[in-house]
Amino acid sequence: MNRIDALFQQKKKEILSIYFTAGYPKLEDTCTILRTLQAAGADLVEVGMPYSDPMADGPTIQESGSVAIKNGMTVATLFAQIRSCRAEVEMPIIVMGYLNQMMQFGMEAFLRSAKEAGVDGLIVPDLPADVFEQEYRDLFNTYGIHLSFLITPQTSEARIRHIDSISTGFIYVVSDASITGAKAGISEAQIAYFKRIEEMELGKPRLIGFGISNAATFHTACQHSQGAIIGSAFIKSIGADERDLAARITQFMDGIRPPV
Amino acid sequence: MNFEVDNRGFYGEFGGAFIPEMLHANIEELRSQYLLIMESADFKSKFQALLRDYVGRPSPLYLAERLSEHYRTNIYLKREDLNHTGAHKINNTIGQILLAQALGKTRIIAETGAGQHGVATATVCALMGLECIVYMGAIDIERQAPNVARMKMLGAKVVPAHSGSKTLKDATNEAIRDWIGNPVETHYIIGSVVGPHPYPDMVARFQSVISLEMTSQLMEKTGSSNPNAIVACVGGGSNAAGAFYHYLDATDVRLIAVEAAGRGIDTGESAATSVLGSKGIIHGSRTLLMQTEDGQIIEPYSISAGLDYPGIGPLHAHLIETKRAEAIHITDQEALQSALQVARMEGIIPALETAHAFAALNKVKFKASDNVVVCLSGRGDKDLNTYIKKLLPNE
Repeated sequence: MNRIDALFQQKKKEILSIYFTAGYPKLEDTCTILRTLQAAGADLVEVGMPYSDPMADGPTIQESGSVAIKNGMTVATLFAQIRSCRAEVEMPIIVMGYLNQMMQFGMEAFLRSAKEAGVDGLIVPDLPADVFEQEYRDLFNTYGIHLSFLITPQTSEARIRHIDSISTGFIYVVSDASITGAKAGISEAQIAYFKRIEEMELGKPRLIGFGISNAATFHTACQHSQGAIIGSAFIKSIGADERDLAARITQFMDGIRPPV
Repeated sequence: MNFEVDNRGFYGEFGGAFIPEMLHANIEELRSQYLLIMESADFKSKFQALLRDYVGRPSPLYLAERLSEHYRTNIYLKREDLNHTGAHKINNTIGQILLAQALGKTRIIAETGAGQHGVATATVCALMGLECIVYMGAIDIERQAPNVARMKMLGAKVVPAHSGSKTLKDATNEAIRDWIGNPVETHYIIGSVVGPHPYPDMVARFQSVISLEMTSQLMEKTGSSNPNAIVACVGGGSNAAGAFYHYLDATDVRLIAVEAAGRGIDTGESAATSVLGSKGIIHGSRTLLMQTEDGQIIEPYSISAGLDYPGIGPLHAHLIETKRAEAIHITDQEALQSALQVARMEGIIPALETAHAFAALNKVKFKASDNVVVCLSGRGDKDLNTYIKKLLPNE
């Protein structure tokens, strides 16, 4: 069974997913971050593939991506890194990236390499549902790689139902009309939107992301979903300085979900 | 052959709408409405009246006799440089501002490189009394100061893009991010035939007034509505799309798309996308773009700030791939020399972008009986500093 499905079967609440940019702060930090996140209690991890033009992302993720590209991060390097420490990490691993890099690598080669590296799913913000269905769905099925689509406050009910039917793994609920990392706090309007989605009783589990930055926003989001995703706030907390990377990751994680 | 966009927004394999879900509702609203609005009698009468009375259309088609004699053919200039604000860009911004009003939008955003599209957008926002925010790369703000001043004079807010390479592609990313954050009341006026469907088709239709006028002007001057060739520069490709539009299916009309070779195609400092690019996604469109082996978008180079875009509109990618259009590549030096030639032979100082189109006349052979139209997309006032520095350093 795909590790993402196994996670959602076994755990129904308070799933904590962390996003980080591969190759940041340093090229070789990927495995340290993966191991430390697992030890510190993350349930799921999203590894960001750094891209020159990440249009859905805010300044924190874009800047970390620019540093990572300068550090020499590539698609092939990322897969090699994940593969090298996959055996030590039990969490599902999702790769988040933009379609252009996958097209350049070749979508089938990308999915095959992802599978070989032990990747369980992808998030591709600029891959439209209709193109996925017409051109790529069979390939994703062949390699057993899940794909989570996004929904937003502007997504119509009919479209949410459709996205529920084609997503595999989970649905990524974008918390607000925003890019990543843009806002602090969760408004009443956002809570109403989370409830509206909750009441639709979708077939796939939901993780809420964008603007989730601390224990308070994480717990609010978790009241209306199976869990939430923290990205920009995590990247800020580990900073550009690689000293004591593991200690800073642990400290951040303890702040979100204190050790039992 | 058919060069119209299909119902999914593709020209052959190029085009489409590769956008994050956060933009789906905005793009879907536009996609479902743009043709209905553009074909309504109300829109058409407003658009045509503004093009005539405000922009100054039709723009003349001028037989450039001295250039014709020099090149031993008949060269006609489509004078988009005489439009209000000095370039073809205003045709599109007039159309899009009326569309935005019909959609009930109250806030306008735009991206700009050299500042021509930013000025054209600030102009129509002032005309309609709408809030205007123009994203411009921090580096471009420094090197295009006169256009920044014009936008400010017109009441626009110019926001520097500090991300990435701090130029046009990053300004476009920032404008897209603004739209993600303000999905309801904002319309994004894209300045070229790029971006997700329906933008390439919509902008091409607004610019198609260029070739529409050419058909009757050529008929009057030459006895035939078709020329033998049309020459236009291509960055994203909006003036070329407008100049080619009514001739796409007239396969005896040669379509010549002129790209910026920068310091030379093989120098690593170029913007010749059709040669150096490969298939991929940029700004929501599947097209040809300049990228590394690992799929990172490369910052292109040209002396002309209007041609240094790393992609090319999907219509042009399709025209070049199917060999309907020929791509010609012109270096900085060749463009500069042609600008001087046109200034001295015709008394017209062209924009640096347009100078690339003129330079293509040195690379393509025409017959003495041929009628060749060069789309004179903009005037060169904005480039005078560069011209003086590079061409007349001692004067």
